[in-house]
Amino acid sequence: MRKLQVLGTGCPKCAKLAANAESAAKALGIEYELVKVTDINEIMTFGVMMTPALAIDGEVKAVGKVPDAETIKGMLA
Amino acid sequence: MKDIRKFGVLFGVFLGAYFLPWDNPRLSGSIMEGFRLLQWYAVHHTLACVVPAMFIAGAISTFLSQGSVMRYLGPQSKRMTAYAVASVAGVILAVCSCSVLPMFAGIYRMGAGLGPASAFLYSGPAINVLAVFLSARVLGADLGIARAVGAIAFAFLIGLLMHLLFRRAESKRNKVLMQMPAPEPARRPLWKTGLYFVCMILLLVFSDWYNTNDVTLTMNDGAAVEANVRYARNDSLDVQYYDAAGRLGAEVTRLDRADVRGITPKPGFVMTVHGIKWYLAGAMGLAVLAMLWRWFSRDEIRQWLHATWDFGLMIIPLLFGGVFVTGVIGGLIPEKYVAGLVGGNSIGSNFVASFVGMIWYFATLTEIPIVEMLTRLGMGRGPALSLLLAGPALSLPSILVVYKIVGLRKTLAFCGLTVAMSTLVGFLFGSFFG
Repeated sequence: MRKLQVLGTGCPKCAKLAANAESAAKALGIEYELVKVTDINEIMTFGVMMTPALAIDGEVKAVGKVPDAETIKGMLA
Repeated sequence: MKDIRKFGVLFGVFLGAYFLPWDNPRLSGSIMEGFRLLQWYAVHHTLACVVPAMFIAGAISTFLSQGSVMRYLGPQSKRMTAYAVASVAGVILAVCSCSVLPMFAGIYRMGAGLGPASAFLYSGPAINVLAVFLSARVLGADLGIARAVGAIAFAFLIGLLMHLLFRRAESKRNKVLMQMPAPEPARRPLWKTGLYFVCMILLLVFSDWYNTNDVTLTMNDGAAVEANVRYARNDSLDVQYYDAAGRLGAEVTRLDRADVRGITPKPGFVMTVHGIKWYLAGAMGLAVLAMLWRWFSRDEIRQWLHATWDFGLMIIPLLFGGVFVTGVIGGLIPEKYVAGLVGGNSIGSNFVASFVGMIWYFATLTEIPIVEMLTRLGMGRGPALSLLLAGPALSLPSILVVYKIVGLRKTLAFCGLTVAMSTLVGFLFGSFFG
């Protein structure tokens, strides 16, 4: 079970990142849980200040940008 | 919850359709005013300003490394550098106001601390490319420049004051490491990227070149008067007259085009450049194309266009929707209320404008049509600047988020400083340039 966390306060970019992450995980056929972290204090505990950001299993993988599904597949592998 | 919301929207539309007095001339007139304002923006501000600015915003997010700026706002950075960088960082960082608050929180908790974070929060939303150019174009070059300069200068000051006020309060800083975007290898020398941006910005400067709107009007009876055209329609002109001493009168007069025989712009450097602005802008456009062809890879150009499209999708519906709504509301509000509250340039008017600006939520860039509408209804130039400064920096929703991050006392102090500074700058601007 992989844990995908999308950090962001709810702007369009965050939604896009969540969609990309979801399609990457689905394409790999892995079991996953996607969580949107929108509380700003919780985002800070990741050390992220530029949103959107993506954390996989608690580790921050992308900050301040929206990687495409292919790139996220690479991060999941 | 979501279904309840949808039901609320449907019910609201139903109530409006059922009860609104559509035959009322005031209401139908104000809806027409909304469409007229929308057309004015479409004709005068879209192709020369909004569209090129979208491309620049896209280029900023694609080609400038935002992480490298954030590095100057880290915990170890020098104090003065941090304040200076925080005050101007909005230029390259924030186009969407929703990204400002996480950065504010980050600078406060993990980075350079409360002072620089406050400076960033004050200036960030006001100095992105789109905001600067659209303000200058729609509201006049003086207000546009005053907005950018005022935001930067007073951000610095507000940051320092916040730091001094709370220097003894130990902020509970997170012990986590700042997560930075991985530094990307430079794909071309800095001067090439720099030149590309300079040319794009110059394109925008020239295409938006200021029309002084100072004209000599020749009336049908042969009299010549000097005036400033505030708003031109097909059949009428709103003008302010100059008095004998060359000072602009406060009153706006609506003239019928049929009464005016000729309109001659007053010559000067600004108007000379204005006459050839399309050639200058075109030359810059060609230069940008040449650079793209020689220096940039296909892939980079694709990324750039993609980012531009994203900004467009995000901002244009908000902006034009905002313009329309502003037009409708402007048609409904009686002028005397606006002029009574924020007319002239008293401290009171400036304070009301700052305070309302602090509370009110302006969707990205809609503060500009709103201020434009308010000035047409009699708002003074000083209060207009106050509203532009305090407006995007804070709103009730963002105040609540700020409160969650820094606590009650600091939030109150920041709001107080924002209103006080914006009032002061607006008042000074109104006294000198009003």
